[in-house]
Amino acid sequence: MPNGLDFRFEKRCRYLEENYAVELKNVTKIFGKVVANDSVSLGIRHSEILSILGENGSGKTTLMNMIAGIYFPDAGQIFVEGKEVSIRSPKDAIELKIGMIHQHFKLVDVFTAAENIALGLEGEKYNLKTVAKRIKEICEKYGFDIDPYQKVYNMTVSQKQTLEIIKVLYRGANILILDEPTAVLTPLETERLFGIIRNMRDDGKSVIIITHKLNEVLAVSDRVAILRKGKYVGTVDTKDATELSLTEMMVGQKVSLNIARKEPVNPQERLIVNNLTCLDSAGVKVLDKVSFTAFGGEILGIAGISGCGQKELLEAIAGLKKTAPGSSVEYIDPGDNIKKQLIGKNPRQIKDYGIALSFVPEDRLGMGLVGSMGMTGNMMLRSYNNGHSFFAARKEPRDLAVKVKNELSVMTPSIDTPVSKLSGGNVQKVLVGREIASSPTVLMTAYAVRGLDINTSYTIYNLLSEEKDNGVAVIYVGEDLDVLLELCDRILVLCGGRVNGIVDARTATKEEIGLLMTNLKEGGNR
Amino acid sequence: MLNVIIAWFSRAVMFATVMLFGSMGEILTEKSGHLNLGIPGIMFIGGFTGFAATHYYEIAAGAAYNPIVCVIIGLICSFGAAALAGLLYSFLTISLRANQNVTGLTITIFGVGLGKFFGTIVMGKSTVSSAAKAFATFSTKIPVLSKIPIAGGLIFSYGFMVYLAIIMAVVINYILKRTRIGLNLRAVGENPGTADAAGVNVSKYKYFSSTLGGGIAGLGGLYYVLEYNKGMWATSNSIEALGWLAVALVIFSTWNSVHAIWGSILFGLLSWAYAFLPKLGVPIPSTTISLVQMLPYVVTLVVLIVISMRKKKENQPPESLGLPYFREDR
Repeated sequence: MPNGLDFRFEKRCRYLEENYAVELKNVTKIFGKVVANDSVSLGIRHSEILSILGENGSGKTTLMNMIAGIYFPDAGQIFVEGKEVSIRSPKDAIELKIGMIHQHFKLVDVFTAAENIALGLEGEKYNLKTVAKRIKEICEKYGFDIDPYQKVYNMTVSQKQTLEIIKVLYRGANILILDEPTAVLTPLETERLFGIIRNMRDDGKSVIIITHKLNEVLAVSDRVAILRKGKYVGTVDTKDATELSLTEMMVGQKVSLNIARKEPVNPQERLIVNNLTCLDSAGVKVLDKVSFTAFGGEILGIAGISGCGQKELLEAIAGLKKTAPGSSVEYIDPGDNIKKQLIGKNPRQIKDYGIALSFVPEDRLGMGLVGSMGMTGNMMLRSYNNGHSFFAARKEPRDLAVKVKNELSVMTPSIDTPVSKLSGGNVQKVLVGREIASSPTVLMTAYAVRGLDINTSYTIYNLLSEEKDNGVAVIYVGEDLDVLLELCDRILVLCGGRVNGIVDARTATKEEIGLLMTNLKEGGNR
Repeated sequence: MLNVIIAWFSRAVMFATVMLFGSMGEILTEKSGHLNLGIPGIMFIGGFTGFAATHYYEIAAGAAYNPIVCVIIGLICSFGAAALAGLLYSFLTISLRANQNVTGLTITIFGVGLGKFFGTIVMGKSTVSSAAKAFATFSTKIPVLSKIPIAGGLIFSYGFMVYLAIIMAVVINYILKRTRIGLNLRAVGENPGTADAAGVNVSKYKYFSSTLGGGIAGLGGLYYVLEYNKGMWATSNSIEALGWLAVALVIFSTWNSVHAIWGSILFGLLSWAYAFLPKLGVPIPSTTISLVQMLPYVVTLVVLIVISMRKKKENQPPESLGLPYFREDR
């Protein structure tokens, strides 16, 4: 009866197309006084890639955490395959074939990939060989590449993410939720991940990506659901959407896409870096004879694929990293125009010259903030040795905390709330705001807008531009080439720890920089 | 000469067995992320209760004394009391999230005090009151094999608890490395958040391993009194010192109970070097005996320095050792 089969197959297809894999109806979640999600209703179809788009703190992650069983909704219903369900733990979620890949990986470092996957697989015989075999099968099916016997502490961020995805697939997930999966990936890794996500969709799985990168939304998703301040704004088909239309839905108001950039006024040599070389713990050169000059009153952008020495460069200048003999970093004091050698000075002395570093690491709290302290306390970390009395001065840091909170609109119940309780983007505002507020003469920022929404990003761009107008030498390490081209005056491109070129940001093209990032020129320097 | 070496080695093995029980208990506890500095006290409790139980059994049974019943009573009482102390530690550090170091040290002080207090009550009437029959039972050597020259003295001349300790060390290592329970337990000690997310009941594993660890450590005390110390309670104060050596041995063995077997024998040899070296022609002036007795601790320090310098992840303590686990609120 081939006709009957066909009919049933068609019926099944139509059912899958018309019905949602997961549907949320009027879901509300409240944390204390903050309404994280306010009566959100949306659905995810089968064989679909859905982007959840929204600014920082718009409730994307909270909403998805309710599907994944991390939180339980205060009101509303969740339907999986048309049936109302109650998901009270990640275990419940996985039984419903829902798996979430969090921003902070949940892996045991000293375990191998296979052991990590076997962890928590109750009811299956404990046999790592079988696990490894199935990992291989999943890898082949979707195009992953991972060694089941590799230890997690030897893995790159991208490999750890791959492992997390395999872990979820291994447990038979049909609905995968990825929380800002590309935040820690290089462009190449991102492309590979998108390929895998498309493979999973073609295999019938529903994939949800939480993100705020518009270009990625447009590149990979089928539909986009937009959240704004905890409320559901709407869902659009990606093919009908543009960056501008999505931005408008996301922020609710039109955002100027132009970054104000003035011509540098009277640039003066501020930092002369010569032959800066650094070795990593394995003795490999992470910086190789880097030479450049940073001027006061300009923004020097630093571009490069991640891991090309950006972090090491800033740390070497700030005195946080040992340099090889022959390296030289000279600082020209705007007060007396005397050259001062920074190599051999300790971080405190370098900081006292007015050189500030704000590095936003992959995990935002990792560097520079104390999670259990409030904004005031964290502001104080920078100024505690300014006072001369026995007791710490609390007023200035308090005022500063209020100022940062208002200017960068940090969403926090109070400036004394521990910063670890804030959402990722807000934590970052505190970090960057504090560094800018220390009125430095050289301001180095790395990934200052990592994970931030558009509005806040612009606030930070403007702050950096203001600093530049004040005669500060700004060094901006960034990921987004468009921003680098619009914000900076000159762009230094690092490739494999070498300076592969310094270009004028006003005339350079994206392709030019992209090429410099990926192809090391013969000889390297300039 | 040969006799001296055999005597030194067998003394070391008996010493080692006390430490090995303590170390196995501590390894199990630490693998779940809890540093139990109460092990010396728990061994003291185990030693005392085991001794008191067999002592009273001996008196009560009289002529009807049955060695098997004696062994069962000794093991159960010793293990049970020590496990209770482990449970107390677990409750304080897991449920109430008290500081692990303070709790552990308190339990050591408590355990030693408890043992001494009841020791004087039980032993009040006579100073050398001992469990002579229990000693005979616990130190029964393997027939025939122990008569083999050299090997008999070196390997087969001990009571059953020496072999029990070695078998347990191998089994614990196998369970930790090769079974799901071991995998879950290690995950709890390394990264309880991850284990929790994977559906492992973190508190259950922590309770289970800390309590079981306490019980096993208690057997070390039992062995000390009933074989090593010939069934006498009066001179049992060095259980505490051996308990601290057991804690050091955990580091020495890099949290591996099989390494703890040879490690404990090495510790035993070093501990007794001061007594046997002179007989082998190496004179030790009486003023330096304490320095020679220090050797096991020096070796532990050296091992700590070496493993810290090599930074091999596998040899490091469990990542969240000593940290209380809170389920993330946000």
